[in-house]
Amino acid sequence: MGRIVLDKVKKIFGDITVIPPLDLEINDGEFVVFVGPSGCGKSTLLRLIAGLEDITSGHVEIDGVNATDVPPAKRRLAMVFQSYALYPHMSVRKNIAFPLRMAGLEKAEQDRKVEAAASVLNLTDYLDRRPGQLSGGQRQRVAIGRAIVREPAAFLFDEPLSNLDAALRGNMRLEITELHQTLKTTMVYVTHDQVEAMTMADKIVVLNEGRIEQVGSPLDLYRHPANLFVAGFIGSPRMNLIEGAEATRRDAATIGVRPEHMTLSTEAGDWTGTVGVAEHLGSDTFVHVQLDDVGPVTARASGEISLGHGDRVHLTPDPAQIYRFDAAGSAL
Amino acid sequence: MARAVTTQRKTINTTVAWGIGLLIFFPILWTILTSFKTEAQAINDPPLFLFFDWTLENYTVVQERSDYMRFLWNSVIIAGGSTLLGIIIAVPAAWSMAFVPSRRTKDILLWMLSTKMLPAVGVLYPIYLMFIQLGLLDTRIGLTLVLMLINLPIIVWMLYTYFKEIPGEILEAARMDGATLREEILYVLTPMAVPGIASTVLLNIILAWNEAFWTLNLTAAKAAPLTAFIASYSSPEGLFYAKLSAASTMAIAPILIMGWFSQKQLVRGLTFGAVK
Amino acid sequence: MATRHSRSAARLMMAPAVILLLGWMLVPLTMTLFFSFKKYLPLRGGDLGWVGFDNYTRFVTSSSFWPSVLTTLIIVGGVLLITVVLGVLLAILLDQPMWGQGIVRILVIAPFFVMPTVSALVWKNMFMDPVNGLLAHLWKFFGAQPVEWLSDASIFSIVLIVAWQWLPFATLILLTSIQSLDSEQLEAAEMDGAPPLARFGFITLPHLSRAITIVVLIQTIFLLAIFAEIFVTTGGSFGTRTLTYLIFQRVLESQNVGLGSAGGVYAIILANIVALFLMRIVGKNLDA
Repeated sequence: MGRIVLDKVKKIFGDITVIPPLDLEINDGEFVVFVGPSGCGKSTLLRLIAGLEDITSGHVEIDGVNATDVPPAKRRLAMVFQSYALYPHMSVRKNIAFPLRMAGLEKAEQDRKVEAAASVLNLTDYLDRRPGQLSGGQRQRVAIGRAIVREPAAFLFDEPLSNLDAALRGNMRLEITELHQTLKTTMVYVTHDQVEAMTMADKIVVLNEGRIEQVGSPLDLYRHPANLFVAGFIGSPRMNLIEGAEATRRDAATIGVRPEHMTLSTEAGDWTGTVGVAEHLGSDTFVHVQLDDVGPVTARASGEISLGHGDRVHLTPDPAQIYRFDAAGSAL
Repeated sequence: MARAVTTQRKTINTTVAWGIGLLIFFPILWTILTSFKTEAQAINDPPLFLFFDWTLENYTVVQERSDYMRFLWNSVIIAGGSTLLGIIIAVPAAWSMAFVPSRRTKDILLWMLSTKMLPAVGVLYPIYLMFIQLGLLDTRIGLTLVLMLINLPIIVWMLYTYFKEIPGEILEAARMDGATLREEILYVLTPMAVPGIASTVLLNIILAWNEAFWTLNLTAAKAAPLTAFIASYSSPEGLFYAKLSAASTMAIAPILIMGWFSQKQLVRGLTFGAVK
Repeated sequence: MATRHSRSAARLMMAPAVILLLGWMLVPLTMTLFFSFKKYLPLRGGDLGWVGFDNYTRFVTSSSFWPSVLTTLIIVGGVLLITVVLGVLLAILLDQPMWGQGIVRILVIAPFFVMPTVSALVWKNMFMDPVNGLLAHLWKFFGAQPVEWLSDASIFSIVLIVAWQWLPFATLILLTSIQSLDSEQLEAAEMDGAPPLARFGFITLPHLSRAITIVVLIQTIFLLAIFAEIFVTTGGSFGTRTLTYLIFQRVLESQNVGLGSAGGVYAIILANIVALFLMRIVGKNLDA
């Protein structure tokens, strides 16, 4: 079980309102990702759920019970920190066993659970090492091990992959997703990386300045961004946002076209411009074009295209995939 | 990075540095050497450096005549006791300031330091008077309390700077893992801070051991530690060089050894973290 | 990382230290202020009533006041000058590559760990004694008349003893600071064509300025309060009576508590002026 409900949760630090009253439901077994730029309040929100910070007003409900005044240890939540927060003076075994020891479990039972978690996480050979002797990825797994032995109602992850290098990050992303599929426990995951959000989440919560901009499945957000902020945040490379005559012509203050929704041609098209930089990735080519009347845009073409600085190109947006936004930034 | 230097250059450096080092150390060396001489050899003209009849006689005489062990014991109790007491009071305070900082934390820390700056002589009489009235004059407990209080700011400060280096996330992890505040401090914070606590203890034993204002003014015969014992040699007795040297050597040896172990931490402790 | 629970726990755990220090500061301070406005002679009649600022004016107009201020200034200034200048030189020397660096460092630091009464007595008897002291032997060796150090050159002698004790402190802190200097800066200056002396003046010394300030401030606070060194060598005679020693004599030797307390208030004010500057630096460091 692990259903978490936030009801008009508000947080004020000093004079600054970090989170204005906010409602959110996280269902049992869901993988929910909080995503947003740094300083958007996503980590604070996670810490409010964890109980590491007090809620200024409103309440948090875990499995139908009001947990607002319950100390973190009693919320049956496990947390994986950005720095892993392993106890450097304890062996891996003792690290993983620590929550069990605090819960007063018998030694034999502790050992059994630690061994089981270690084998799931490929840590069996490292149980007697200290955290300092492990690689970044192994430390990450120890932190996860320490979380899973508790069999919590939900896991909380605070940017767990940001200290890993790119290759390892990809692996751990898969491992965490697999873990979720095995355990089927609620997971709340905070990241500033929209790729992590898109690939891992059942449900994404996009946060900006403490407010929820949109909640939905990854493809929902990709297909139907509710506003300019979400449109600009989800998708890589970013959606091209165009103002001016082109937008007015379509009855909008701003229009958005994703780089992958434009056809590139050297002969003819709706818009004409000059190539600034072409980034050749092999599988794709990202072309940064300065359009004559419209401004700078990025277009994506699959495969290899022989274009370079100064070449004249024509771009045609797919009319069905043009997003329109009003002056306030909401989708039309 | 450090570049290779010529052997010649290194030889010059070494010679000059050792020369100056030995010159600075010489008074201590001379004291130690003299402690093994007879009184006659100690004032021999010309002075004898290494070639004399080495004897341990002075050490036994000092003990017999002056009951040296009692002063040593007073020093141990006062320095050790004040440090231990200080640590017990300072660990929770430093935990609070390092991990639950509030807007006033900085002010409290600076205010604590400012009490350390209070010139002792400015409050000499009130303390003296209170000691008489509370029956604390010339007692080990009284001196232990005073030394604990004068060093408490440094203890809190040092522990604070060490605790600051421990990431708060680790303590939060413990809290999430179900540890109570007591368990968090006992099983997670303290083991991680052992090196810092150890050097704090070391530096404060040194400071308390060598404290020579309150120990001279608040003790007489019963509770006098080594500082006061040595000061008694300022009478004509001090002209017995060999015995003065033996007593001095015994008084400084333990601290010299501790000091050498804590030289790195010394900087942090004495500059309140302003120089690292 | 703060919740109501942890904040109230924090306040509770800070309380003993704060209350103890508050008491330690306020109670004696109030009493000193109280006595400073009274004519109070414990051995000669006790409390003889309020006298307003009488003690304050008497303390500064007494014939021993200005000499003691001068003595204090000479001792503090002399020791500061010696320890900072030699400290910088020694720190640079110890930073050079050499054999046995660790041992030299230990030798240089050692005097700091010698208790003040021991160093004062060892210097007084075994080095500065005009008959049997090593310095007397040295003078005789060169055919000179041995100096009566503690009576003829009393202030210089005390400065020498105290400087010997504090030189390690200055050296150690300055050495720590030098070692934190990024060597690439020096190499960049070398590439820019700066000769060694210019590199020292434009890079090393400015880098050290903060550490030097701290050394000066901390030492000043401790040096203003030196006591044992004078107590066991001259007992305040031969012009070595510092402000601290004068107050000590007024309070405990002549038992004129009112007068001594007024002096104590002056000493506290003086120390606080220095402490204020130190606190600024330390406080800035806290923000960083």
